[in-house]
Formats: sequence, structure tokens, C-alpha cells
Amino acid sequence: MNAVSHYPLPQPDAQTRAYWDGCAAGQLKYQSCAACGRVQLIPRALCERCQGNDLRWNESGRVGTVLSFTTVHRAPLPVFKAMAPYVIALVDMQEGFRLMANVAAQAAPVIKIGAIVRIGFVQVEGMALPRVEAVE
Amino acid sequence: MSMNAFITGAYDTAVGELPGSSCMALHAEAAMGAVSDAGLRLSDIDGVLCAYSFTQPHLMLASVFCEYLGIHPGTCFAIQAGGASACIMIMQAAALVASGQCRHVLVVTGDNRLTGMSRNGAVAALSEVGHPQFERPFGISVPAAYALVAQRYMHEYGVTPEQLAAIAVEHRRHAGRHPKAHMRAPLSVEQVLASKPIADPLHMLDCCLISDGGAALVVSSRAAARDTHGQAVEILGAGQGHTHEHIVVAPSLVDYGCKTSSATAFARAGVQASDIDVAQIYDSFTITLAVELESIGFFPRGQAGAAAAAGELGLGGTLPCNTHGGLLSYGHSGAAGGMFHAIEAVHQLRGDARERQVRDARLAFVHGDGGILSAHCSLVLGA
Repeated sequence: MNAVSHYPLPQPDAQTRAYWDGCAAGQLKYQSCAACGRVQLIPRALCERCQGNDLRWNESGRVGTVLSFTTVHRAPLPVFKAMAPYVIALVDMQEGFRLMANVAAQAAPVIKIGAIVRIGFVQVEGMALPRVEAVE
Repeated sequence: MSMNAFITGAYDTAVGELPGSSCMALHAEAAMGAVSDAGLRLSDIDGVLCAYSFTQPHLMLASVFCEYLGIHPGTCFAIQAGGASACIMIMQAAALVASGQCRHVLVVTGDNRLTGMSRNGAVAALSEVGHPQFERPFGISVPAAYALVAQRYMHEYGVTPEQLAAIAVEHRRHAGRHPKAHMRAPLSVEQVLASKPIADPLHMLDCCLISDGGAALVVSSRAAARDTHGQAVEILGAGQGHTHEHIVVAPSLVDYGCKTSSATAFARAGVQASDIDVAQIYDSFTITLAVELESIGFFPRGQAGAAAAAGELGLGGTLPCNTHGGLLSYGHSGAAGGMFHAIEAVHQLRGDARERQVRDARLAFVHGDGGILSAHCSLVLGA
């Protein structure tokens, strides 16, 4: 079985394509609502707070604080079993949105709640995925 | 106050490893058992609600079930809200009978998740609750998502792995008193902590079981309940709370929809948390129960694990909780997992829980949680 082909890569849609194109270009993009100022990670057609549809794309400074993290030993899919143990973190970005990503191996030993981290990118089967990295 | 709805029949199948079982056969056994328990005939049933299945997934599971059983009710549909499904089905059945749309509604759940698919298959299927673009590419699983909750909760309130383990230990003690429970061998805190790490800080024994099994209830209107022969249990209050689906979007990692759902259910029933004699609360992981107990208000912040360690969730404790052993030790068969909690509440209120019986149990609280503490439904039931 070719486990690589089972990697659950993101399938960009009309609303998320700009986000994933941004990742490919080394940029972490997020939406903000022109009406109420709300920022949101998961791109969509309207604002999650006021349902306004005038949404702007912004570029994040890619610095945030670890809200929580876990080291996963029991992976849900074969492709991740090869990587286990791996670390997943929730990061509150300085701009106010929250992100989930894996923690880079070099950062894993020092990750803790409240740590300041930077979001970088890792190439996975031709797609750039955000990744949590240590701040130098 | 009253919701004008009564649980008039209840039945659950054997639970655990049931070779030769199937999703629909478990549904049918549970349904026939519940109808019989109510003293009704199948032809009295005019509404059927089903949930979902991993081993026999279908767009119209309730229609598939009615066809399988050979019945043609006037109302028939499926409800999917993960672990909240059972409570939401009961709440919806109550609305159907109270509004006069139905007289006797059968709510049926069941799945052969253990023998009907591989353990890997079940874990993979469950991981699909993760967001396909913003969570699943990072290897999220249901345990990993709850581990993120646990890690934050332990950080904020100083809760220890030993305290979470005490929850699993008490559940196993409860299960030891139930002859049908999937796992009955006594457990120690040390065993929980020494079990395989799944996603830190959760160990395998912090996680629910995967079981085969089915469970069903009959919900009847006040007038229709007079046709039944079992001991009816009244649905006094019900409420729901929904804050998110994906953990990355959860507005809080310590307060969840159970706060709203329970407050609504208590208000509707005209009771308070402190009035509850016995609680059956969704326990997909030890952390799930800890967070719910505190968010609902049964224990102060950060105290549920310590309370468990002190025996407060035990049979003689301040809040006997999951007296059948819960998802952690009694069994977890998909939507039936949540239904087992409701069935146990019926046993407690009927006073036929044998050595598990909470003395003078008059008021029971039942709670379901779907997703990653995403969808919540609470019920208050009265003898």
C-alpha cells in the first residue's frame, strides 16, 4: 500500500484557495471583516460574527502564542503512523486568529503553553502546509 | 413544569464483542425489546428516529431500519449529532409527542463498531470530524483534539493525570456492578497511567471503548403513556448548546455548550444541579467528563478530578455518575453509547438497577456531547 497517497492534503475550494496559494508563497493569510473587524482563520463567504460579506485578505506577521499542544502517539491514518509521535499545537496568532499545525521536530522539545512561536511552512507532496517553529 | 413526554419503554442489547451481530439486527433487537418493555405492539409505534452507523452508513438510516423491521410509521427520520445524538433524539421525540404529531416514538441506535470494522477503521472514521483543510492535514484524531483540551485544562487548573485517571477507575468500579458491561476487571490509577500513550496527556485507559451494541427507548405523550404497561419516566426538561464543530474554532477551551444545554434543561424542569440524585454524562474521555461536570456546575473549576479521586462520583458519593460504567467501561457503540446513559437513568429512576441502585433516586440528569465538545444536549428525567 502506498501510504503517501493517503495523506489527507487540503483540497482548496473557491473560498480557501487564496489561503493555500498564500502558504505556497510563504505567506500566512487571514480574513478580516470590513464591517466589524473580526478576523477568522477558516476562510469563508461571510464574517463569523456579523455575517457581513465584505471580507479583506491580510498577511500575518506569523508570530503567535501556544494555547495548547499534544504529542500524538496513536495516529488516525497510516500516513501519520510513520510520523508518530508528532506534535499538534493550537496557536493564537498576534492578529487574533487561531491556527492548528504540526510542530517542527526542532521545536517539539521546547514547546509549552504560552511559548511564543513563529509559523513557517513545510512542503508536503507539493503543498505548503503551515508549521509551528521556534522563534530564534 | 412538564414537557408532556414520558419514556415508557427501554431496552439495550448485550454490549461488547458480539460476533455475528450487525447494525440493523442490533437496531431490531433493541427496538423490539423497548416496545415490549412498554407493553405495546409494534403497530402502536407511529414515529421512528434513528441516528447513524459506521458499519452500515446510509443517507436515510431510519428508512433503512423501518424497511428492515417491516414497519411503515407516519414519521421517520435520522438525527446525526455525534455523541449528542441520543439525547437530541429523545428531546426531538418529546417534541413530536407533546405537539400531538405522534403518540409513541421509537428512538433506536446501534452499531457493531467492534466486530463490523477494524479498530483502525473506527479511529480513521472518527477522525473525519476534523476539518478537512485546517485540521486533518496535521494528523488530528478525536483523542488528539480532546488531548488539546486536556492539556490546556490541566495547565489552567493544576489538574493532574492521576486525577483524570481516578475518573476511569471509578467508571470501572461502576461497571463491575453491571453484569452486561464490556469491561469489568478492576482498574487502578497506576494501570491507567501505565497504559499506552494515545495523545498526551491521554492514555488508552483515559479513552472510551469501542463496542458492539444497541439501545432503544419509546417516548410517549402523556395521554398515550396510559396505554403502556412499564413504569414510565417523565422527561422534565431538555436543552441544547452548540458553539462550534471544529476545536480550532471553539470559542473557549474550558466552557462549552453543556453550560447552556444544562441551564436550559434545569430551568425547564424547575430544578438545580444540586437537586440531581444520579447523573449519566457523556464520558468519551476522562477529560470530557471533567470538563462537563465543571462547566455544568456540579463541581467547582478544576475540582472534578479531585472529586473523582475522593469517591464523589461513586455509588455513595455526592453525585453518583455513570453508574453503568459509561463509555469508558460499560461500552461505546456509536450513537448507542449515549443511549446507554439514558437507559441507565431509566433503570435508576425505576429502582431496578440492582446493586448499582442509587438509593431514592428521583431525579436523573443525562447528557450527550458530540464532536469535540461541540454539540450538547441535556435531559432531566424524573421518577
